[in-house]
Amino acid sequence: MTDNNFTSRADNTWCPGCGNFAILQALKEVFAELEHKGIPREEIVLVAGIGQHGKLFDLLTINGFYSLHGRTIPVATGIRLANPDLRVICVAGDGDCYAEGLDHLIFGAKRNLDITVLVHDNRVYGLTTGQYTPTSPSGFRGRSTPGGIQERPLNPLELMLASGASFIGRGYSRHRDQLKRLIEEAILHRGFAFLDILQICPTYSDLTEYYNKHIYDWDTATEDFQKAWEKAREWNYSAEGRIGLGVMYKTSAPVFEDAYPGKGSVSREVRRAFTERLLAERI
Amino acid sequence: MPSVNEGEISILIGGRAGEGISSAGQIIAQLLSSLGYRVYMYLDYPSRIKGGHNFAIIRGADFSVGAVRETVDVLLAMNKETIDLHKKRLSDNGAILYRADTANVAEGIGVDMKGILASEHAPPVMGNTALLGAFVRSAGIEWSRAEQVFRHAIPKEIELNLRVAHRAYEAGTELLTIPPLITKRLPVVTGNEAIGIGLIEGECLLYCGYPMSPTSNLLHFLAVHANHLGMQVLQPESETAAILIALGGAYAGARTAVGTSGGGFCLMTEALGLAGIAELPVVIVLGQRAGPSTGLATYTAQADLQFALGAGQGEFPRLIAAPGDADEARWWTTTCMDLAWKYQLPAILLADKILCEGMYSLDPMEKPTLQVVPLMAGEVEHPYLRYAMTASGISSLKFPPYKGEVIRVNSHVHDEDGITTEDPQVTRAMADKRAKKLQGLQEEIEKMEPVQVLGIRDASTAILCWGSNKGICAEIGRRLGLRVVQPVVLWPFPESCFARAMEGVERWIGVETNETGQLSRLLRQFGYVPEGVVLKYDGRPFAVEELEGELKGRVA
Repeated sequence: MTDNNFTSRADNTWCPGCGNFAILQALKEVFAELEHKGIPREEIVLVAGIGQHGKLFDLLTINGFYSLHGRTIPVATGIRLANPDLRVICVAGDGDCYAEGLDHLIFGAKRNLDITVLVHDNRVYGLTTGQYTPTSPSGFRGRSTPGGIQERPLNPLELMLASGASFIGRGYSRHRDQLKRLIEEAILHRGFAFLDILQICPTYSDLTEYYNKHIYDWDTATEDFQKAWEKAREWNYSAEGRIGLGVMYKTSAPVFEDAYPGKGSVSREVRRAFTERLLAERI
Repeated sequence: MPSVNEGEISILIGGRAGEGISSAGQIIAQLLSSLGYRVYMYLDYPSRIKGGHNFAIIRGADFSVGAVRETVDVLLAMNKETIDLHKKRLSDNGAILYRADTANVAEGIGVDMKGILASEHAPPVMGNTALLGAFVRSAGIEWSRAEQVFRHAIPKEIELNLRVAHRAYEAGTELLTIPPLITKRLPVVTGNEAIGIGLIEGECLLYCGYPMSPTSNLLHFLAVHANHLGMQVLQPESETAAILIALGGAYAGARTAVGTSGGGFCLMTEALGLAGIAELPVVIVLGQRAGPSTGLATYTAQADLQFALGAGQGEFPRLIAAPGDADEARWWTTTCMDLAWKYQLPAILLADKILCEGMYSLDPMEKPTLQVVPLMAGEVEHPYLRYAMTASGISSLKFPPYKGEVIRVNSHVHDEDGITTEDPQVTRAMADKRAKKLQGLQEEIEKMEPVQVLGIRDASTAILCWGSNKGICAEIGRRLGLRVVQPVVLWPFPESCFARAMEGVERWIGVETNETGQLSRLLRQFGYVPEGVVLKYDGRPFAVEELEGELKGRVA
């Protein structure tokens, strides 16, 4: 593994103009940066869900677990429990992580697992060609909802704050430098680091103009829950509102895996002696 | 000694939920075991925390026992309901001991539980201890022997419990004698504990379980002992999460297991195929209970064999073993773990409520030794290919971080490097690779005594059973002159061993705790057709008299 651009031999099949290209490039640069800072690439594991985002798994030369739709976070949990030296990055989609796997997202945040979750939030299903997702705006007309959806979108930032995530931010695929900084900061954060990445989908839901009109950069991250709550509610993913970008909330909290012994290894002989003792007590 | 059969005794203890019926039953099992008996305990309780009728039947015998009789020799009643419900089971010389203030039974002996507890200032929850003390006396068991058992078995307030028991003992009367047997004394454990021991001995490092009868006690057992073993025990948000955590752990090099029942296994099915295609080892303890759906939450069935055989979309290799008692449960659990890791596939340990929550004398039989493959041994060539093609279909298993290498596992069809592909040739080659592992696994299984022959081994009439019906079939087979064939490994099906076990069999009858004869359906695939099946599907296990009567009629 001598390449410095982390690029595999797999073909890239995203549509031209897809926001995923920016996330892919940002990740490559972050991995190189981390290696420079003394974090070897072998200690990084990418866990992907199913969706257009998941193709990152094939495109990068980095350890990876290509999981099921919505099922990145439990896999990441197992990896961290088995070997807490590994840095685990979940890449997930909005349908993937906010619909099918929502329970895992909430529990990951609740436990404050020391992992990073990057949600490629293009607010539409790409792989299955254009249905609404949990973050599609009200009235969204997708192929399964030609009359427009009546539901309100989920606000993932609000949800993550309420669930206990210790690092919450929002990125935008057209702001690549900022995105790269955000991803690196998220990976280096100790605890559950969550980034909702507004990702342009040029094919099914191109919101470039809308985003460009509403975005602004947040100041430094707050540690204050109330202030963060207000920031999270500036925009409800549907109506007009200011769309803040950057780290919204960052705090320090106990990490789930620390309560577990980690990488335990007790020999078969010691185990056998233990069970023999246990059985002797039952005679 | 009042006993329905020479060399054995059955005791029923009953009361309301929350009155310690299960723990009192366990102590009776330990007492009988201390007298040299082989024991089995069946626990019957509704799905409630308080109230509702609970009872346990403990049977001690001079042979390896795995089932209870309808008839009991001693009835221990914490309330009147117990007497009303179970009096009809009592043998001719049977004895009833009951809580004096709840009933007035001419033919029984009242235990002044209230008075005993009051004089020791003991809480009402120690009522079961008083009844046990009275039982010890009535059964002619020496106090010193009982004290020893109590000291081992009672976790809290042992001195007060002993005073309560002793007072009841002093006030009691001797009604019968249980003659001690000269045999090696054996440990008494539940099936769940035996499985837990098997996981510990199989070097399990991470166990995940979402609470569900009948495997919740496996989760509890491991949670208590985890710390001493560097083991992690986790209760996640769902069974879906449980198995995925286990697969994540396996990817990073930890031996992992999950436990559930049918409903939870439905949720795990999604990730079962992931384990199959990604070639990740995991042990799934599937404790069957009566379904469909929520079914009878705390009662038994063997109705998930066909589900376990076919669970998951697509085709992939899996191992399914169904142990029939505590000793088999312990050994096959460890073996499932070893084989899952050697062949990199999911292994299902198929148990049921009777095995999981029943108590057994654990009698370790001689077993073949399995060659455990050292996983991290040896370097691999660069570049490391997680799914490298080999003659056996087994690729070298490495874990991150591995210097200079990328380790990819994938739920899609993938190439040797783990990169997604839709190429038809690779698709077929990878399917063949996985199938080769199953072939190797089957060859290895055939050397491991995967089919037990019990009863009268050369009889030409046989009964076929699996899982927890082993004990009852072996016992009845011996008495009725029948061969008993019990396949322990159900997939990959050990065809050669099974054929040997069936040599000389002219007719056979299937015995199963389900509606459709699921083992018989499996055996038909291999050309074996039963003359008939004896099926029970009311949530309760076969009682010895019941099955014996049924079989007598069929084989006469």
